Amino acid sequence: MPKGTGWRISLIGIFVLLSFLYLIPTLVAKLPEWWSGLLPKDKIHLGLDLQGGTHLVMEVDTQKAVEGSLDLVATDLEDTLNSKSLRFKRISRSGADKVSLLFYEKGTAETVQKMLKDKYPGYEQSSPVDDGGFVALTLRINEKDALDRKDKAVQQALETIRNRIDQFGVSEPTIQREGINHIVVQLPGIKDPQRAIELIGRTARLEFRMVREDIPPSSATIPDDAELLKEKSVDRTTGAVTEIPIVVQKKSMITGDLLTDAQVRIDSQFNQPYVGIEFNALGAKLFDQVTAANVGKRFAIVLDNNIHSAPVIRERISGGSAQISGSFTEKTAADLAIVLRAGALPAPVQIIQNVTVGPSLGQDSINKGLYAGLIGVLLVVVFMAIYYKMSGMVANLGMILNVIYLMGALAALGATLTLPGIAAIVLLIGMSVDSNVIIFERIREELKLGKTPKAALDGGYDKAFLTIMDSHVTTLITAAVLFQFGTGPVKGFAVSLSLGVIINLFTSLIGTKVTFDLFLHKGSVKKMSI
Amino acid sequence: MELLGKTNIDFIGKRNISFIISGIIGIIGIIGVVQVGRGAANMGIDFSGGTSMQLKFSKPLSIADARSALHKHGIAKADLQEIKDGNKLLVKMAGASVGKPSEMVQTAFKKEFADNAFTVESSTEIGPSIGDKLRKDTLIAAFLSMLGIILYIAWRFDFKFGVGATVATMHDCLAMFAAFYLMNKEINLLFITAVLTIAGYSLTDTVVVFDRIRENLHKNLKGALHKIFNDSINEVLSRTIVTSLTVFLAAASLFLFGGEVIHDFAFALLVGVIVGTYSSVFVASPIVVLLENRALAKEVKTV
Repeated sequence: MPKGTGWRISLIGIFVLLSFLYLIPTLVAKLPEWWSGLLPKDKIHLGLDLQGGTHLVMEVDTQKAVEGSLDLVATDLEDTLNSKSLRFKRISRSGADKVSLLFYEKGTAETVQKMLKDKYPGYEQSSPVDDGGFVALTLRINEKDALDRKDKAVQQALETIRNRIDQFGVSEPTIQREGINHIVVQLPGIKDPQRAIELIGRTARLEFRMVREDIPPSSATIPDDAELLKEKSVDRTTGAVTEIPIVVQKKSMITGDLLTDAQVRIDSQFNQPYVGIEFNALGAKLFDQVTAANVGKRFAIVLDNNIHSAPVIRERISGGSAQISGSFTEKTAADLAIVLRAGALPAPVQIIQNVTVGPSLGQDSINKGLYAGLIGVLLVVVFMAIYYKMSGMVANLGMILNVIYLMGALAALGATLTLPGIAAIVLLIGMSVDSNVIIFERIREELKLGKTPKAALDGGYDKAFLTIMDSHVTTLITAAVLFQFGTGPVKGFAVSLSLGVIINLFTSLIGTKVTFDLFLHKGSVKKMSI
Repeated sequence: MELLGKTNIDFIGKRNISFIISGIIGIIGIIGVVQVGRGAANMGIDFSGGTSMQLKFSKPLSIADARSALHKHGIAKADLQEIKDGNKLLVKMAGASVGKPSEMVQTAFKKEFADNAFTVESSTEIGPSIGDKLRKDTLIAAFLSMLGIILYIAWRFDFKFGVGATVATMHDCLAMFAAFYLMNKEINLLFITAVLTIAGYSLTDTVVVFDRIRENLHKNLKGALHKIFNDSINEVLSRTIVTSLTVFLAAASLFLFGGEVIHDFAFALLVGVIVGTYSSVFVASPIVVLLENRALAKEVKTV
């Protein structure tokens, strides 16, 4: 064996072994028991375009979260001032970042001012101003706190969505935050994407509010503390949707935060599903008080500003459980129970990107991609064998090594294979023999100059080296940029391409050279098959 | 086996013809790019925002019927396209909001073609803000990869070669835009990926030619530039063609057998490989000769 071939052959052999070792988890459906510990478990993941599934990008309306916390401050202030018998005309959120307070007297305003300073140190206060005979104060949330609130809202939304997906039951979901206010959700292999999207995207803010029977829904003016909402009901036989407008209090008596549990139950009388809810201690106490004080009146169960139902309170309800009934199917009841258990989103989310691929198309893509790859390999192999004879076969060997290494590397990195990623591999089949073509053409020239095969071979590899480096670096530059900026399928393309290009340097400069060296090392070979 | 024996083609002498051809390609390409910039080309929804669905029906369905069905249900603006195998229909709606349009299409087809069941094979809905972000990211990506390539070439070769290689690379990208624009094929993220890939790849071809020219320039300092360039190109002609051919074969199998999802992507690659080979011979090298001659003329004048 010629000098220096030993370590190169061992290196090639070790890499082949490693590649197969890493590929085993991908190729074998179920790993045996003893395959654990140090042996690799990562496998090549299939992108959503290949296995089917849904990719969602959601935008959290973070401004709404800030407004929500200002609303809370306003309600809290109302309660505090009432309990201290401080008289005020109105306290409400105004605009995006303020709570405005309106008093009858300057004295009260000044007392409240002092109190606010202690209670809300993070807020900026304006000095009292005269507003048409009243005294106005504003409380403004400072920018840092607002940003903090927004950040928390996205974090909470992410947790809530994760909770909902876990309860819905999706295997291997990916839920990630992206940028400032985006959340990316990937649900591979999901059967009913529409249902999942509705489940994830709904805010699920549950409120119990009193119905204002004193104001007819047709009334032109609705006071500040009330609002007009609609009760939707679906006729079970015809499927027709009717909307009944109802005026309700703006302020909610109890909210969904006070729930501990929600379960689907079946009404034994009508065989209808409903959602049974359990309050925590505080919620149970509130519910008890409210129902006791309002027997004979109606209250509305409001979910995301739609009235679910507006039953009459027949008696005081203690014990902390209640039920939400309405026109449910078993699925919609189950979904409502999930969102109530997982909690409300701190702010509404909007789906801004939804890519869904059905499983049949995914399988079709895999089959066609593999088929195209096989034909590509075949065409290249035949062409190289005819054009460069035995040397062409050496190049083909290099190309096969290239594909094996690339698959092994993808598995080792736990990379995601997408359809463009398969395309990159097919393209690499063509590119990987290119380095050898450059070398072979060089060798042919050297042979024409009358050099011995051994000398021509060394000359060819030496002189082609820089050219090959150049061509690889330029491809690598674009692949790296695509990797940085690409998403989903394009990223898969970039991963396969850049790994392939790097591996190709090794196979074409070391892998094929060592094969030639083995055959030509004595220098006595007179003719080269090229 | 050899594809070509010893050739002796006057590539540089034909530069007037090749410059005219490339000029026309370039102009169409620029028009295409401008139209893409204005959003007037056939933009994929990943850039423009909108909804795209691929439906598979159980029975054949004519596009006209599908269009009138959608029309009846209030979807006036939809781009319909038939996919050859297996009763598939592609529905594209630009600028619509996420969620609603896809449902509307499904209800419309369910009502109008009750006896022709369908499944949604894939659906993509992209909000306008995502489209904007993608467009921005793509521009940055294109700019960065061009910059990277130019810097690398500038480092490896001297200025005149750098200009030649850069112009040839731009030429190839423009040619791909020209082809897609003329054939009214969709400009989407995959197309841009193909363009950037070809930008890297076509440079490979150019570098192969340039390497030889440089080598011969060093060997032969006195010969006429024109001749050295021509000889170098003739010497490496067969390897330029063979390297392109192998990649072409791989891309062709993707184009023919890879399925509808990457059909256009593979087509873009095919165009790119062909144009990339042409440009390294007929665009890159003649430009360098032109620049070298101009520099020489200047030197003579100053002496």
